[in-house]
Amino acid sequence: MSALLRSRAFKRGAIQIGFLVLLVGLIIAAAVVGRTNILSQGMATGFGFLEQTTGWTLSFSVIEIGPRSTYTRMLLAGILNTLAVGLLTLVLASLLGLIIALMRVSTNTPMKIVGGTYIELFRNVPVILQVLFWYALLTHTPSPRNAINFGDIAFFSNRGLTLPVPALSGWDVILLALGVVALSVAFRKLAYRFDFRQRVFGCIAAFVALFSILILTGRAPDMPLISVPELKGLRFVGGFTLKPEFTALLIGLVLFGASYIGEIIRGGLLSVDKGKLEAGAALGLSHSQVNRFIRIPLAFRAMLPALSNQYVWLMKGTTVGIVIGYPDYFAVVSTSINQSGQTLELLALLMIGFVIINYSLGFAMNVLNERLKLKGRN
Amino acid sequence: MAIEASLPPAAQTGIAAWLRKHFFSTWYDAILSLVFLALIFWVVSGIWSWGLRDAIWSVEDREACGHGAGACWAVIQDRHRLILFGLYPYEEHWRSTLACLAVIMTMILSCVPLFWTVWRLPILWIVGFGTFVLLMRGGFAGLPLVTTEQWGGLSLTIFIFSAVFVLGMPLAVTLAFARRSSLPVIAKATGIFIDVFRSLPLLTILFAAAVVVPLVLPDWLQGDKLGRVIIGFALFFAAYQAEIIRAGLQSIPDGQVEAAVSLNMPFWSQVVDIQLPQAFRNTLPSTINQAVITFKETSIVTIIGFFEVMASGNAVVGTGEWGQQYVEVYLFLAFIYFIFVFGLSRYGAWLETRMRLGHG
Repeated sequence: MSALLRSRAFKRGAIQIGFLVLLVGLIIAAAVVGRTNILSQGMATGFGFLEQTTGWTLSFSVIEIGPRSTYTRMLLAGILNTLAVGLLTLVLASLLGLIIALMRVSTNTPMKIVGGTYIELFRNVPVILQVLFWYALLTHTPSPRNAINFGDIAFFSNRGLTLPVPALSGWDVILLALGVVALSVAFRKLAYRFDFRQRVFGCIAAFVALFSILILTGRAPDMPLISVPELKGLRFVGGFTLKPEFTALLIGLVLFGASYIGEIIRGGLLSVDKGKLEAGAALGLSHSQVNRFIRIPLAFRAMLPALSNQYVWLMKGTTVGIVIGYPDYFAVVSTSINQSGQTLELLALLMIGFVIINYSLGFAMNVLNERLKLKGRN
Repeated sequence: MAIEASLPPAAQTGIAAWLRKHFFSTWYDAILSLVFLALIFWVVSGIWSWGLRDAIWSVEDREACGHGAGACWAVIQDRHRLILFGLYPYEEHWRSTLACLAVIMTMILSCVPLFWTVWRLPILWIVGFGTFVLLMRGGFAGLPLVTTEQWGGLSLTIFIFSAVFVLGMPLAVTLAFARRSSLPVIAKATGIFIDVFRSLPLLTILFAAAVVVPLVLPDWLQGDKLGRVIIGFALFFAAYQAEIIRAGLQSIPDGQVEAAVSLNMPFWSQVVDIQLPQAFRNTLPSTINQAVITFKETSIVTIIGFFEVMASGNAVVGTGEWGQQYVEVYLFLAFIYFIFVFGLSRYGAWLETRMRLGHG
């Protein structure tokens, strides 16, 4: 009996060790072949190139960048570009998805038809084709001189969407962000003194006050409060221009993402047990109270896992931006590979970057999930 | 206290009641209904006049394209061969057509419950997919050889999709069982593999397969670029599908496997006759969902330089001659994808209701 047990344990151990040896052997073989191939092609190895200047630049970047920036900074710009378009997509797609879901669960038939058609149209076409379509549409719009004019303040042209923005400096933005954090902490501490509506209005009022103080004190004396775009010669001066690449990628991802998120939210809303809503109504809660205290929290819990999958997917989906020349992390890495030849190192950085982005997103959603989980018997 | 007399409740049936419930239940409901009805009317009439009434259909009056108010479908008539077949030799297009029909027939047949056994389905796919590859490649019985570099258009899309499925499914089953293995090293290694592949964008994997893998492979193992990309794609598909199958395996009650063990069934028979059929049946909706996603994702190979249906459509717009007709071309491409994907997802929805009713 003990001999049999030992032989079984031996067999299990042998299989696992064999598997490990095979795996390690394959990795070593790949490394050896890779090394000889790289050496025979005369390519450099190591991460020293990260300190070198690139000599090329990106068409769009959220941080200051130029041909004299190092590869490190260029890669950082790529990650930030990915995050910029990705996070904005998550927010906007969630909002649009919520609207579509509410349209689909309403009793109003025309609204249901529009919501249903939206989902079928945008979900069944590849996102890359949608992005290409919006990009073609944006670049076929008139030149700045004949731009589509929204009341002389916003313009739509083949350079992108030009909007008026408050004239804030970088420091003002940082101060504003700190202020918002401080405010939300303060309101959390005071939460028990006020009801929900008072807290929301308080937050908005404090934010507006902070914003006005900043805008009145933080700007240069001769600067206008709000920078309005103006046509000077062949281009716009002032305001802020959303580049066509950014706008097309954003529109494509938001419309596509909203169709999936809309279905997830609808599933969540429909999953709420009808009896719970009726119980709330029987306790004398109003329609909006039932929605706020029962339906939305329960639905939110039900849809959170699917939603976090979808968010991770959308974050990864930003890589299709390369097809219209949006310099996201993938595009920056692939240009760097072409320019520097450091294929393996850059590919490793690419993968690490995406694994970190996805794990942090997944981690944030898990924390949210834990916080929202029903306490007690579950 | 006397109870006040109240009016009888409004009729609950009939057209008036139906209209009231679905269109005009409150005053803001009525406003919303009118707004959305106007929107629907505006869109539908716009599509009708632009896409059909004022459209130009034939290449003869191509001069009028772009000047009139309507769509110019002549571009599709002029370039449909490029969109559907890419750079495939013109005289051999019939082969490509037949090959695609063979695979589409295989797809339709695999939706028939008659084929849903562990042996019939793989055999069906090997036959259908083999026919596809033989017809497309040629090089026998007087058919000229067409290398994969010349494959393109819709036939390349269908090839990539079905190849990913044919390779990915067995891989996914293997990964799912490996992850449930009682050997901790194998289970852990598979888990890491699946997690890493799931957290990377497909594009980075295809890019690695096309550009980086040749660096770490000896020359005799490199194969052609399309083959490597399909293997990368299949690994990516398998990582997702393995998790779906694993969920299916977990949903099988313990008693099923215990019964098989007590009957002294061999391990392979347990897997093939008991676990796999139930796992697949339980996860059919998610599997079809995954197929839909995969079909759409084939469009990503465009970026690493393959000429599948989206790339060839995009090329029609990019050549300049038809550059102004980009809306028509993109709509046509969207229509092609829509037919495949909508068909698949409708089938999935039908299966779901059928299984819920217990006919499955």
